[in-house]
Amino acid sequence: MSQAITPTIRVQNVRQNRLQRKLWFFGGLAILLILASFFSDYLCPYDPYLQDMSLTKAAPSAEHLLGTDRYGRDMLSRVIAGSKTSIFSTLLLVGFIAVFGSIIGIICAWAGKWVDTLLMRMSDMFLAFPGLVFALAVAAVLGGGVHNAIFALAAISWPKYARLARSQTLALQSAAFMQAAKMAGSGTCKIIRKHVLPNIAGPILVTAMLDIGTMMMELAGLSFLGLGAKPPIPEWGSMMSDTRNLLPTQPWVTLSPGFAIFFSVMIFNLLGDTVRDYLDPKNRK
Amino acid sequence: MDTILQTAHLKKVFPRKDGEDIVAVDDVTFSLKKGEKLAIIGESGSGKTTVARMIAHLLEPTAGQVMLAGEDITNAGGAKLKEVYTRMQMVFQNPVDSFDPRCTLGDGISESLLNHGKSKRQAAEMTKNLLALCGLGEEFAQRYPHEVSGGQCQRAAIARALAIEPELVILDEATSALDVTVQAEVLDLLNRLQEDRGIAYLFICHDIALVQDFCDRVIVMHEGKIVEEGIPDEIINNPQQAYTKKLIDSVL
Repeated sequence: MSQAITPTIRVQNVRQNRLQRKLWFFGGLAILLILASFFSDYLCPYDPYLQDMSLTKAAPSAEHLLGTDRYGRDMLSRVIAGSKTSIFSTLLLVGFIAVFGSIIGIICAWAGKWVDTLLMRMSDMFLAFPGLVFALAVAAVLGGGVHNAIFALAAISWPKYARLARSQTLALQSAAFMQAAKMAGSGTCKIIRKHVLPNIAGPILVTAMLDIGTMMMELAGLSFLGLGAKPPIPEWGSMMSDTRNLLPTQPWVTLSPGFAIFFSVMIFNLLGDTVRDYLDPKNRK
Repeated sequence: MDTILQTAHLKKVFPRKDGEDIVAVDDVTFSLKKGEKLAIIGESGSGKTTVARMIAHLLEPTAGQVMLAGEDITNAGGAKLKEVYTRMQMVFQNPVDSFDPRCTLGDGISESLLNHGKSKRQAAEMTKNLLALCGLGEEFAQRYPHEVSGGQCQRAAIARALAIEPELVILDEATSALDVTVQAEVLDLLNRLQEDRGIAYLFICHDIALVQDFCDRVIVMHEGKIVEEGIPDEIINNPQQAYTKKLIDSVL
C-alpha cells in the first residue's frame, strides 16, 4: 500500500515545487511591471511629451533605444509612461469590479427573495450589452477619456463577479459551520467577515487575476478606437492607433507599444493561470 | 423535575412546484425535562432531523410552537435568539463540516465565548479547559479541521457546544459519521459530561441499539409523526407498533 502511495506524493511534491517556482517568477515579473508603472515618472530617460522636430522618426539607436515618433518624442519614455495609464488603470478597474461585484453577490445570496431577483436581473441586463457598443454609448454621452472607458468596462464586467460570489455564498450557506456560527451568537456581519469572505476569496482572486490581461486588452482596444485615453497622453492602445500608418516605414514606433501590451497581457495571464493551478486543491500536498 | 424543552404540534411542510407538498413533520408534541436524555429515532426521511432543526431555529416551522424553559421561542430573533443560543446548543452530524475549513478548532470553540463578552485571553484559557474536558490536548486549538480525525473533530464540536454552558444540547446524528469504537468513546464522554453538568440531551439517531443504554426515554418517529414513546428497554422488548418492530428487527 505504502509503495503505491509514495510515488504519487513525490510527483505531487515535484509539481508543487514547480508551481511555486512559476508563481514566484511570474509574480516577480508582474510586481516589476506594477512598480515600473508606479515609478514611471522617474524611469523615463526623456520627457515623454518633449517634441524634438530635428529628430523625427529616428530609428532605434544608443540614445533612443526604441527610436522616436513623428514628433521626435522618445518612444522608450512614452512606452514607460504609457504603463502608468495602461497597467494602473487596469488594476484599478479589476480591483473595483471584483470588490463591487462580490459585495452585490453576497447581498444577493444573503437577502434572497426580491432583492436577489432584482439585482440578478440587473446584472443580466448589463451582461447583455456588447462591450464596445456600450463603451461607444458612454463615450457619446460622457465624452471620451480614459476615465469613461474604465467606467464603461466596469459597468459591463461586474456581473461576472456578482454571479461568482453569489453562487459561492449560496453553496456556503448550507454548510454546517455556518449554522454553528449562527448558534455561537455571531451576527450577520461577523459571519460574512469571518466565515464567508475567507472562503470565497480564492475563486474570486483567481478570476480577477485572469481578468487583468483581458481588461488590459479591452482598455487598449477602446483607446485604439479613440474612446479611451486621448493624445498626447501616452497610452499603449492610442499610441498604436496614432502611429499605425507608420507601420510599413518606421515599424518600431507602432511595434513598441504593441509589444508592451503583448508582454504585459501575457505576464498577467500566465500569472493568473499559475495562481489558479496553485490554489487548486488537486495540486495540494 | 422542570421541563426545559417543549414542542407543541410542530409541523413542517416543504412546498413543491408540482402541487404535492411534502409534509416532513406533522403534529409533533413532546417535552424534555432538565437533565434528561431523550432520543428521537427513526429511519432516514422520518422527519427527526427536521424536528431538531426547527427547535434549533435553523428552520422555520410551518405551524406549532417551541418552548424553552416555558418561554415561547418560536419567533425569537436578534438579541432574543442570541440569548436562546446560550441555553441551547447543537452538535452536527458531520464533525469536519461543522468547523470552518479556514479557522482553527480553537477559533471555532472560542467564537461563542468572544460573542458573549469574554476577552481574548479568557476565551483562550477556557478553550484549553474545554478541550481538556473533552479529552483533547491544548495543541488541538491550533489545528485545522482537516488535520484531525473525525472522532477528535467531534470531541472539539462537543467542546464548542459546551463552551457557553447550555442547559440543552441537541445531538443531530452526532455519532453516525464515526466508526464503532470512536462512537462508544464519544458516548462515554457525553455521559460523563451529563453526570457532571446535568445537561439535557436531545439525541437524534437512527440506531436503536445505540440509544438503549444511553437514553432515558425514546420517541419513535415515522413519516413525520410520533408513533411510539417510552423507556428504551420497554420499547425494544415490547414494541407496540408494527413500524417500531421493523426498526428493531433491522438492527438486532
